[in-house]
Amino acid sequence: MSDTVPKPRPRPTPTSQPYWDALRDERIVVQRCRACDHWVHYPRSRCSKCLSDQLVFQVVDGAATVYTFTVARQATAPPFVDEVPQIITIVELAEGVRFTTNLVDVAPEDVRVGMRVQPVFDHGDDGMTLLRYRPA
Amino acid sequence: MGLRGEAAIVGVADYPSERVYSGTRQFSLEQWADLSSRALADAGIASSEVNGIVCVGDVSESAMFHPATIAEYCGWSLDYAERVDLGGASAVAAVWRAAAAIELGICDVVVVTCTGRPKPELPSASPQERARTVNASSWTWGSPQSEFEVPYGDIPPNVGFAFYASRYHALYGNEPADHLARAKIAADQRTSACMNPNAAFFGKPITPEDVLASRLIADPLHILEIVMLCHGGGSVVLASKARAQRCPKRPVFLTGCGEHLAHKTPTYSVDEIPRTPISYVADRAFAMSGIDRSDIDMLQLYDCYTITVLLTIEQSGFCDPGGGLDLVRRNDLSYKGSFPVNTHGGMLGMGQPGFAGGLSMVLEATRQIRGECGNRQVRKHDTAYITGTGGIMSEQAALIVQGA
Repeated sequence: MSDTVPKPRPRPTPTSQPYWDALRDERIVVQRCRACDHWVHYPRSRCSKCLSDQLVFQVVDGAATVYTFTVARQATAPPFVDEVPQIITIVELAEGVRFTTNLVDVAPEDVRVGMRVQPVFDHGDDGMTLLRYRPA
Repeated sequence: MGLRGEAAIVGVADYPSERVYSGTRQFSLEQWADLSSRALADAGIASSEVNGIVCVGDVSESAMFHPATIAEYCGWSLDYAERVDLGGASAVAAVWRAAAAIELGICDVVVVTCTGRPKPELPSASPQERARTVNASSWTWGSPQSEFEVPYGDIPPNVGFAFYASRYHALYGNEPADHLARAKIAADQRTSACMNPNAAFFGKPITPEDVLASRLIADPLHILEIVMLCHGGGSVVLASKARAQRCPKRPVFLTGCGEHLAHKTPTYSVDEIPRTPISYVADRAFAMSGIDRSDIDMLQLYDCYTITVLLTIEQSGFCDPGGGLDLVRRNDLSYKGSFPVNTHGGMLGMGQPGFAGGLSMVLEATRQIRGECGNRQVRKHDTAYITGTGGIMSEQAALIVQGA
């Protein structure tokens, strides 16, 4: 039953396409504002601090810490039934931006706020790569 | 600046909260008209006197033009109308907007109604068609949430509130006793729900231990600290001071208000989690009203989750950040206690009848201040602090109300 429900996948926009292209190449890019130096994620057409349009993608190493997390003990939607218990987290990069992601290769009871994590590039059959994380 | 306390809640009405609605189904327009007529009757105000409305949530018969559709249906000639789109904070936000419009002098009788009963469905609607409406705002191309959250299973609302709870406990106390204190919020509110025959959980007391023993949904949140959707509906009528003085019941004046919002998804919260928007609102609302927190007789707080109540108590300034767990441990939060919160049981005890859940805090404060609450009446009942919360701690609004 559940495996017949397709998982929702990202649909890039013209603005976000470079982010997803980079993930496919196992690189992480984050926008930085030339006008005010603010780091911006998710990709936008204008800076979320000063509304300048001088946003440029820069490569970052993706090292992060767990900012907060939960363990979905029941699927958050039918497409995710096969991933329960699913560890859903917000991670914070050194640049200060935060990503919504999942932790893999770790038991739910071992997850802590503040733990160091590193990127995992999860390549899908559809050509999209999701950015997940595992303990560093 | 701000409200002058010259607009009052003069009429209230609601449907019971029901897990199963077995009555005749009505369209949202029909529910709007029915609920509004009951609240107007409570106010002793004729339908012909209505000259303002604020719409909240679902008027599903029309994709837009909600105010005009309602005005036409109810036969109202309006000088002020708007639609509020602030999720669970909408009802509270609608009430202060109504008061502001009245104080501006552009109208003097405003109705705010939230429908929450099931509507008739065409027999041809397939399960797929019905399912497509779930989380519709999140699935559109170009929606950041659709692109950056949904593919990771971050689908509202349990995950987001669990994010707040996890980080709160990591910062302020993660021992079993700390989780038990959070659970006590649901248990104390259930004590009040057991005095409210219109609550879905009437007659079903629980303990904090029961809450923690219930099914874990999204760590650290359990099923008994998450609202249960139900059916219902509510309506309030506000009027100018001059009109309110000719109404039969004790008028409940709005003396303070505020709202704040900055994000849709917690990942992009500008403030450090667990700071929430109400932290910007409460001081302004109290300054506007001219009363102190110690003057508040009861709190009616939007309670989609236990953590929402805990954070709202703290960040409204009733204790220090991180002090909420101790406050909950030291006080009985029920209608008969030293720190009454959600004396109707809240949505945790009553069920959440859609947008009307957020209006229930306004209705309960009004009825308490009038002294109409029978065996759950709080002893001193002149003032109340009310909040609404929308999205994942996205938008929050507050009201301070005082009986005349």
